[in-house]
Amino acid sequence: MPPAETIAAHGPAEHGYTSTGLNTTKIAIWTFIGSECFFFGSLISTFLVYKHRSVVGPCPHPEILAATHQACRGILNIPVTSASTFVLLMSSLFMVLALAAVQRGDRKYSKIWLAATALAGTTFLGFQAFEFTSFVREGLTIKTNLFGSTFFILTGFHGAHVTAGVIWLITMLFIDFKRGLGPRDEINVDIMALYWHFVDVVWIIIFTFVYLIP
Amino acid sequence: MAAESVHPAQPHAVADAHAAGHEHPTWHTYWKVALILTIITALEVWIYYTPLKETRVFGPLLILLSISKFAIVVMFYMHLKYDAKLFRALFVGPLSVAVLVVFSLLFLFGQLIIHLR
Repeated sequence: MPPAETIAAHGPAEHGYTSTGLNTTKIAIWTFIGSECFFFGSLISTFLVYKHRSVVGPCPHPEILAATHQACRGILNIPVTSASTFVLLMSSLFMVLALAAVQRGDRKYSKIWLAATALAGTTFLGFQAFEFTSFVREGLTIKTNLFGSTFFILTGFHGAHVTAGVIWLITMLFIDFKRGLGPRDEINVDIMALYWHFVDVVWIIIFTFVYLIP
Repeated sequence: MAAESVHPAQPHAVADAHAAGHEHPTWHTYWKVALILTIITALEVWIYYTPLKETRVFGPLLILLSISKFAIVVMFYMHLKYDAKLFRALFVGPLSVAVLVVFSLLFLFGQLIIHLR
C-alpha cells in the first residue's frame, strides 16, 4: 500500500488515478476487454458446436452432409479473407505508430497514422461487405442453415466492433485536426488503441477457427 | 506508455508497471512484430494449400500459429508485457475462463475431437 501521506497529498481519485496508482480509464478498458473475451468466446463456441451440423448447403468447406449424405459445396473464399486479415494486422501496426506519434507530440505523423488505421479498418469492412454480399448471392443467408446463422452472427458482431473502432478513430482524427493531439491525450489514444488491437486479436482467432480449419 | 497510466506519486505502482524492466517497444520493435505477424499469416495460408491439410497435425499446427499471433499482439502492441500486473490479470483471468468455457462446450457437444483432428 502507498504511504498515507501520499494518498493525502494526491487523493486517490485525483486526475483519474485510483489508490492502486493506476489510471481508472485504463482499468475500465481492460475490464471491458475482459468481458469481451466472454462475449466472443460464446459466439466462437456456438459456431464450433454447430459446425458440420447443417442439413442443407452451402458449407464453409467442401464436405459430405452428415444428415443427408449429400455433397455440400464450400463457400469460404480464403484468398480474399487472407488479404483482409493482412489489412487488419497492418492496421494494428499503424495504430501503435499513431500512439507513439501522439506520445512524442508529433502532430503530423499522429494524423497520418490515425488516418492510415481508419483507412485500413474501412478496407477490412469493405472486404467483409464484399464477402457477405457474395455469400447472399450464392444462396447463404442468416436463415439458410446453422452455418449461415452462426457465421453471420459471429463475423457480423466482429464487423460491428470494427465499425465502432473506425468511428472512434475518425472522431480522434477530427480532434487531432481541430486542436491537435499531444502527450496530454495519451490515455485517450491508448484506450482506443487497446480496443483496436483487441478487435484484431479476435479476428486472428476467427480466421483460424472459422476460415482455415475445415 | 505504461508509465503514463500509473500515478507518479505511487512508486509501488510504477515499480509494478515496470516489473519487466525499463524497456519499451521501439519503432523497430513494432515493425519487426508486424513482419513476424505477416510471416505467420502467410505460413498459415500456405499450410492450408499444402497436403498437410489432410494430416492430423493440420488443426493443432494452425491453432499453435494462431495462439502465437494472439500472444505477440497482446504482449507488444497492447503492451501487456510492459504494463502493470493488474491489467494482465484483468485480461488473462476472463480469457482463461472463456477458453475453458469454449473447450467445455465442445467437449459436451462431442465436437472436440473433430476440431483437433
